[in-house]
Amino acid sequence: MSWRAAVVTFPGSNCDRDMAVALERVSGTLAIRVWHGDAELPERLDFIALPGGFSYGDYLRSGAMAAVSPIMRAVAAAAGRGVPVLGVCNGFQVLTEARLLPGALLRNAGQTFVCRDVRLRVETSQSLFTASYSAGQEITIPVAHHDGNYFADEATLDRLEGEGRVAFRYLTGCNGSRRDIAGVLNAAGNVLGMMPHPERAVDPAHGGTDGLTLFESALGALVGA
Amino acid sequence: MKVRVHVSLKPGVLDPQGRAVHHALEGLGFAGVHEVRVGRTIELEADEGTSDALLTEMCEKLLANTVIENYRIERVAA
Repeated sequence: MSWRAAVVTFPGSNCDRDMAVALERVSGTLAIRVWHGDAELPERLDFIALPGGFSYGDYLRSGAMAAVSPIMRAVAAAAGRGVPVLGVCNGFQVLTEARLLPGALLRNAGQTFVCRDVRLRVETSQSLFTASYSAGQEITIPVAHHDGNYFADEATLDRLEGEGRVAFRYLTGCNGSRRDIAGVLNAAGNVLGMMPHPERAVDPAHGGTDGLTLFESALGALVGA
Repeated sequence: MKVRVHVSLKPGVLDPQGRAVHHALEGLGFAGVHEVRVGRTIELEADEGTSDALLTEMCEKLLANTVIENYRIERVAA
């Protein structure tokens, strides 16, 4: 079967090819590349990825310009229909700026760009992105960001925790994120934003393959559907 | 007409940039500063008579992220 996955490229995206390679590795199907200025997405998509990078040079706020680009209206509509949407790093910032996910990503508390492997705990296996992990599993995925400090007010954080929408948490801190949150889901569970880069952990040559499981989960959700 | 939009982080939102500037001020010998918060000013040259409602919409949709930022709209006399 073919998996119709799309990767959106914004001006300044730099992990779009890595994302496409990761999707192709698990599915055996070429990922469709979509440009930010396109008003429409290809039809019948099974998966949409917003990659990392520095869209629009991080002008105004990280992800703010990309969030209002033409393609994001189509992404929001697709998300509303239940199409899985994964935003990694800058993609996570874009999803919060587009209000598809709650909260915001602030400058790292330590002021420095953080670029290293981090240990994460998978907080839920009850999502299409994490079904092939076990809840509580500890994994290693790299991060590389300057604005990854997750912020939301206490009521929002409590709601996210209560609804099982915290997908990943840093085990030893990373960037000052509230409650060490590394990735969150939307209410419907089909939109995931995360700062760590699963697409950079899909080959033994990367130093680990813990990211592969995320893409396999998403593919498995489709096959199982 | 000229409009200035002043965007600032909400109270309680950590401002690492402001903290670094504060430390730098102290390093230069400026004592007596208790806190520094860095914001942003955006100047718009807009049509005469642009309504408050429209300016507010611009702030809410793009110029500020109201999850973390407050904004203040200032009409500047010519």
